[in-house]
Amino acid sequence: MEVKRKAGLVISAVALTGMLLAGCGGKSNSDASSSPSASNSPSASPSASASAPASQAASGGKVEIFSWWTGAGEEAGLKGLIQLFSGKHPEIEVINAAVAGGAGTNAKAVLASRMQGGDPPDAFQVHGGAELNTGWVAADKVIDVNDLYESEGWKDKFPKDLIDLVSKDGKAYSVPVNIHRGNVIFYNKKIFDDNGLKAPTTFDEFFKVADALKAKGITPLALGDKEPWTATMVFENVLLGELGPDDYKKLWNNQLPFDDAKVKKSLETFKKMLGYINQDHAARNWQDAAQLVAKGEAAMNIMGDWAKGYFTTDLKLEANKDFGWVPTPNTTGMFMVITDTFAIPKGAKNESNAKEWLKVLGSVEGQDVFNPLKGSIPARIDADKSKYDVYGQQTIEDFKTAKLAPSMAHGSAAPEGFTTQANQAINIFVTNGDVDQALKALKAAQSSSIQ
Amino acid sequence: MVQKSEKAIPILMVLPSVIAIAIFVYGFISWTGYVSLTNWNTLVKSMHIVGFDNYKFLFQDFRFQSDLRNTLAFTILFIGLTMLCGLFLARMVDAKIKGESFFRNVFIFPMALSFIVTGVVWQWVLNPTTGVNLVLKSLGVSHLPKWFTSTDIVPKVHLGAIDFGLPVAIIAVVLAAVWQMSGFAMAMYLAGLRSISDDLREAARVDGATEGQIFRKVILPQLKPISMSLIIILAHISLKIFDLIYAMTGPGAMFVTDVPGVYMFETTFRGNHYAQGAGIAMIMLLLVSLLIVPYLVSSFRKERS
Repeated sequence: MEVKRKAGLVISAVALTGMLLAGCGGKSNSDASSSPSASNSPSASPSASASAPASQAASGGKVEIFSWWTGAGEEAGLKGLIQLFSGKHPEIEVINAAVAGGAGTNAKAVLASRMQGGDPPDAFQVHGGAELNTGWVAADKVIDVNDLYESEGWKDKFPKDLIDLVSKDGKAYSVPVNIHRGNVIFYNKKIFDDNGLKAPTTFDEFFKVADALKAKGITPLALGDKEPWTATMVFENVLLGELGPDDYKKLWNNQLPFDDAKVKKSLETFKKMLGYINQDHAARNWQDAAQLVAKGEAAMNIMGDWAKGYFTTDLKLEANKDFGWVPTPNTTGMFMVITDTFAIPKGAKNESNAKEWLKVLGSVEGQDVFNPLKGSIPARIDADKSKYDVYGQQTIEDFKTAKLAPSMAHGSAAPEGFTTQANQAINIFVTNGDVDQALKALKAAQSSSIQ
Repeated sequence: MVQKSEKAIPILMVLPSVIAIAIFVYGFISWTGYVSLTNWNTLVKSMHIVGFDNYKFLFQDFRFQSDLRNTLAFTILFIGLTMLCGLFLARMVDAKIKGESFFRNVFIFPMALSFIVTGVVWQWVLNPTTGVNLVLKSLGVSHLPKWFTSTDIVPKVHLGAIDFGLPVAIIAVVLAAVWQMSGFAMAMYLAGLRSISDDLREAARVDGATEGQIFRKVILPQLKPISMSLIIILAHISLKIFDLIYAMTGPGAMFVTDVPGVYMFETTFRGNHYAQGAGIAMIMLLLVSLLIVPYLVSSFRKERS
């Protein structure tokens, strides 16, 4: 008996120690942001010596590029850019500090701890808009790059709306590399042709088409909201369609409250659309939803135009033959913009090298190397159209004239804090369809996160 | 002099680990506690003390209330089913069957996998359109279960901001977790069963007890310390579970499979709500310690007597 009890105690003691260790592993993680500052001082000396030769205006040294471009097309694009850069500056060693993880979730966490710990990279990827302005610029962690815009003559090479998106108080803080469009319906051409339907451009047409498809037993709208941002994207496109670009933008500087009647109407429209989605939406991610359209099991999918890359590169479909596209209902002439940009942190070790990197990113050459590979369109309006596929060419044309609207789901419209809360509200709304509850949650998020 | 150094050496030997634990465990716990009282809920660090505002927010939050409900449901089902399966398997293997070591290894093997692997595999198995439902469909089942995409909660009792009850979706996650951990429970119980002397069973048989009585009155009480250890180990796994949920279902529609660990990660590193994340971490610590501290106290007492 005695022996047994001892054995039991030993087992539990081992288990408890293991648990404590595991516990502190998890715990210290959340404090990681503060701990590097202490450990940073010894590592500061070697890096200081490294930056000494680099400070002689881009002659040698290193440049550390931080991004989340690790997916198939985008990684190729980044490598193309690095190659172009190395061709121009063979003396500068490029360190590619890319962190894997979709939409940059992991990368952003790593970046935050590096910035707060005083160990910033030399240049980092950031979505233009609130993510840059209310995040890093407000935190006083990035330098303004107005001088580059002057010296490279970029002021009239990027659309003005886009420059506004990366500027605060008249100063530009980052350089846009690519543009993705968020308000696109991708549809299965065969289904539409077989049923004699036309791709919808207004809400009325959308619901007419959806009813016709539903009657035929085809799922009208594919959604994969295992990660809630996909549902948020559908909602922001409805918002844009119902409010128009001007009112939509007013939501993000508190000129229009979220409990406005038009927002309510948007939620109701959104709810109606949710009546046409696939049953198993909560088990699918965005690729799985796009696949439904590719396989002909669903007719339409609302997604950013990275879905085009997925259709053509991964699923080997042909644009305009297997799949087609239109702007989401009521958003013709509008452009939900998602732009990847690069900024330079304050206290970057190789600031002048980083500026050379930004110059390459902002050049026509750089944009035309990167974007065809990633499947996005260039942020510059004077890029070489012939390098892009049929979707790209049409979108480049649209981009020149369309009214730009920042994406909420991708952190361009509002601070991250708002986006996470909006994602939560939408996640609940998709299931329970409670308009008033969602309005209340969105309003609360607006008043706590948007200044 | 000799005596002094004899006393000093052991202290010196443990000193490094004491210092390390003081800093890396208790130091960071207090730092997290401190952060949870500030309003550091943006990218910009702000250490302004706001008292218990973050906790107030959390306990009124739909998502956090759902998390607590899910954790409760998951913990009860997970611990109960794992122990039952473990005991059952241990009895089977203990019955001196042929190829005992083979079965022992087969049952314990899932434990060697990481929760991430388990999560991904079971996500495929229980996917309503591609997994086990295809088998059920071919067998002619008409009402196919929706597994982790179900948003049903039974019974639906309105409580606070949420519907209280058992979220059906959590059962799918419990299945995966039980599959992974029941082998471990089996190993623990097997060790327990093996340490029970045959004399006891013999004595009971001589006294005329049936096999069922022997199991209930003789074997089970002997296994009590093992069961206690198992509860503690499984409970701390279930209260802090993150990887399985994250890989398998994510927060789920209407947060039916969300847990505090996932919420903490998302709100801290996606939403930059550092203080809220710290608050969740402190609540999780509290939940685990509610379970551990009484156990530790009682084992210390036993040891002393």
